[in-house]
Amino acid sequence: MDTQENPQQDPQPSDARPVLEAPDIARVLTRIAHEIVERAKGADDVVLLGIPTRGVFLARRLADKLAEITDRKIPVGSLDITMYRDDLRMHPPRALARTEIPGDGIDGRLVVLVDDVLFSGRTIRAALDALNDIGRPRAVQLAVLVDRGHRELPIRADYVGKNLPTSLRETVKVQLAEEDGRDTVLLGAKPAARGAQH
Amino acid sequence: MQRHLISAADLTRDDAVLILDTAEEMARVADRPIKKLPTLRGRTIVNLFFEDSTRTRISFEAAEKRLSADVINFSAKGSSVSKGESLKDTAQTLEAMGVDAVVIRHGASGAPYRLANSGWIDAAVINAGDGTHQHPTQALLDAFTMRRRLVGRDTGLGQDLSGKRITLVGDVLHSRVARSNVDLLHTLGAEVTLVAPPTLLPVGIESWPCEVSYDLDSTLPKSDAVMMLRVQRERMHAAFFPTEREYSRRYGLDGDRMARMPEHAIVMHPGPMVRGMEITAEVADSDRCTVVEQVANGVSIRMAVLYLLLGGNEPAVTHTRTTEEK
Amino acid sequence: MSKILIRGAKVLGGEPQDVLIDGETIAEVGTGLSADGAEVVEADGKVLLPGLVDLHTHLREPGREDSETVLTGTRAAASGGYTAVFAMANTFPVADTAGVVEQVYRLGQEHGYCDVQPIGAVTVGLEGQKLAELGAMHESAAGVTVFSDDGKCVHDAVIMRRALEYVKAFGGVVAQHAQEPRLTEGAQMNEGVVSAELGLGGWPAVAEESIIARDVLLAEHVGSRVHICHLSTAGSVEIVRWAKSRGIDVTAEVTPHHLLLTDELVRSYNPVYKVNPPLRTERDVLALREALADGTIDIVATDHAPHPHEDKDCEWAAAAMGMVGLETALSVVQETMVETGLLDWAGVADRMSFTPARIGQAAGHGRPVSAGEPANLTLVDTAYRGAVDPAGFASRSRNTPYEGRELPGRVTHTWLRGKATLVDGKLT
Repeated sequence: MDTQENPQQDPQPSDARPVLEAPDIARVLTRIAHEIVERAKGADDVVLLGIPTRGVFLARRLADKLAEITDRKIPVGSLDITMYRDDLRMHPPRALARTEIPGDGIDGRLVVLVDDVLFSGRTIRAALDALNDIGRPRAVQLAVLVDRGHRELPIRADYVGKNLPTSLRETVKVQLAEEDGRDTVLLGAKPAARGAQH
Repeated sequence: MQRHLISAADLTRDDAVLILDTAEEMARVADRPIKKLPTLRGRTIVNLFFEDSTRTRISFEAAEKRLSADVINFSAKGSSVSKGESLKDTAQTLEAMGVDAVVIRHGASGAPYRLANSGWIDAAVINAGDGTHQHPTQALLDAFTMRRRLVGRDTGLGQDLSGKRITLVGDVLHSRVARSNVDLLHTLGAEVTLVAPPTLLPVGIESWPCEVSYDLDSTLPKSDAVMMLRVQRERMHAAFFPTEREYSRRYGLDGDRMARMPEHAIVMHPGPMVRGMEITAEVADSDRCTVVEQVANGVSIRMAVLYLLLGGNEPAVTHTRTTEEK
Repeated sequence: MSKILIRGAKVLGGEPQDVLIDGETIAEVGTGLSADGAEVVEADGKVLLPGLVDLHTHLREPGREDSETVLTGTRAAASGGYTAVFAMANTFPVADTAGVVEQVYRLGQEHGYCDVQPIGAVTVGLEGQKLAELGAMHESAAGVTVFSDDGKCVHDAVIMRRALEYVKAFGGVVAQHAQEPRLTEGAQMNEGVVSAELGLGGWPAVAEESIIARDVLLAEHVGSRVHICHLSTAGSVEIVRWAKSRGIDVTAEVTPHHLLLTDELVRSYNPVYKVNPPLRTERDVLALREALADGTIDIVATDHAPHPHEDKDCEWAAAAMGMVGLETALSVVQETMVETGLLDWAGVADRMSFTPARIGQAAGHGRPVSAGEPANLTLVDTAYRGAVDPAGFASRSRNTPYEGRELPGRVTHTWLRGKATLVDGKLT
């Protein structure tokens, strides 16, 4: 989840409208899986690391699709970036999520970070720092379900499910069956009371 | 809102479980090539030790350094100023140096509470053991060790110690470890029994949320964990018990006694052990004894506490003194 | 000499009357007295009491003038409605010779706020080993009649027996600080539920009770009288009650703080609550109140124990024991005894003036409010309620446990032999 988003505090916008539905999400994940295989020339050394919470579910789904395409088991894990965030002092401490690195590690491998929404880029910056403490990948790539723009750092995604032009007054909320009971991406307006970016 | 950790009795069940869960994640850092997190970069923590305790100090120091805090060790023992002056004056000196947290070990019960509530300083105060009062991080690391061993490393996440039968044996009267453990284990739903000669139990113990027994042998078969408390040999000079030999015979844990414990039950000790007094070498070196694990777990727990108290703009732990059951 | 007419005062809490002071004595008590030539003080329903007498005060001079002096201590006494205080012997040097007690006595006379009656040490240097020159102190200008090692217990049974016997020769009394020393090594607070939780060394009730039991039996055996300082436990009450029923000549005091405060306050680890004997439990507090009401405990004594700020601004174990009490004693007694219906104002006059003066043989103090008696008087606004503000204390020290606490009653006037020492709440 991107640093500028804080779904726990966001009340469900009443006027939120879906921009991706379950079949769309399945389709774009399939596309991304194919792109990974193509760019990684067979995905021999790919390791997928999802960023909690929803990035982990997306990473697992991608791993399944990659397995179908390549007929091989693709290592998948999770990378919690909480301790590396640059806005720790702006909130109470958050509960930590699991960092689970697959057995063979990440040294010399192609790590694909997976997250649901790419926004300011600060989450990915934190993830790169976290990776640095875990090992030395051959290369790092980024896959996101939605890129909503408004980058604050020189970071871009290698694989994008949907580019979604938004204004800063809008919210993007990804819901996945594993966590939320259904697959959808919602675009809504921020409640007026929360105008300021934190 | 309090920003301190003074007493295990201040922790709610949810706070305690959050600390244990966080410590599980912290423990994984120890398995990585780079055992360091940037979380407390730029924060200054002082380890203010008015009593010698190399193990506790090193454990806190390791935790602080793994979280990238700047660490200052201040050993105030043997300072020539009177005790009262040195606590306040030292505190204010540290405050002037811009310290964010003080980890304090002090021989006087209540000194950390006083430091946190006297208005002398603004820094967060973490009690690393005060007199015969409390040692909350020890209780947390003990509970962490029990949860791992008795519930499971992964299955334990989010869980407390409901229904676990924990027995603490030894010098309860002079033990801050016993006080902290009784408070925390009760909060976590465990059933606690204290076993000691009556001379080493405090008057007023009847108000504690635990059972009391003078008979170790009848308690062992009903224990999931047995924690042996250190008994200082000097105590016998004050007539707390007649001889070392008699103490060992009645309250020491040897191989025969350990055999009476259930298969799965573990033996714990907060250290340093007095081998031959409260515990035999056979027990101390057995697989069931978690002393070394407790040391490793201590670092994880202290990382968790430091992160939850200092990692954000306000603490994640909601101190609400639980007095209703007492 | 000047005349003062106190108009409409409830003498000992009775119907409003006028009291005319002429010079050093009370000239007349009645209604509709003529104000002719007299300064008039409108009492307006306030309660008039005989000047209070404190059998247990620490004035700290000589030796610890940083915490209190005879001057500041007697000003605090006047401010609290006292006209006589007994100064404890644990000064530096100890008041164990005629020279020291005379010095303290003279300082009190010079300052003129309150009569100071020194208490002599029982043993040399309060060390409990060798009797001090009790007779010499008695024969000195200070005329010592009360002897105490207060702060320490005369724990040696033989020394205590000898002291009880010896003072009979000149009608003295030994005031015992009842604390068995071995049972209270390292003691920091009352031993019980709270000490067990806080991990502070326990001061068991039995350490007080066992000494009181021993000493009443000794007093009976040698046919002497004994006074028990700052009795603090329900068990001690039972022992004194039993001793009195047997006809043993024992008197006992209780402090205001033991009538109001309990060891629950120690949970704050704030050393302002650290005192010796320690604050006890609710059960003890109630037993002490009842005993004071029924006369088992004879008097209220403050155990006014001033300490400089730094001796309390520290961790509990390092802090000094004791509380100031002269300026809040009457308010605490009103709160705990009068407003609870346990004592009326005549009872307060008995417990805080008549009886302490009798025990200590303070001539001219603790006398009835009637014509011909010395004009030692205290006027109390009993309708007042307010928070205690230590900044307003006359004492040099501020170690009160009542800071910010709302208490009833305020002494507005104190007269020492007709001379006002306190007028409208202000020292003269």
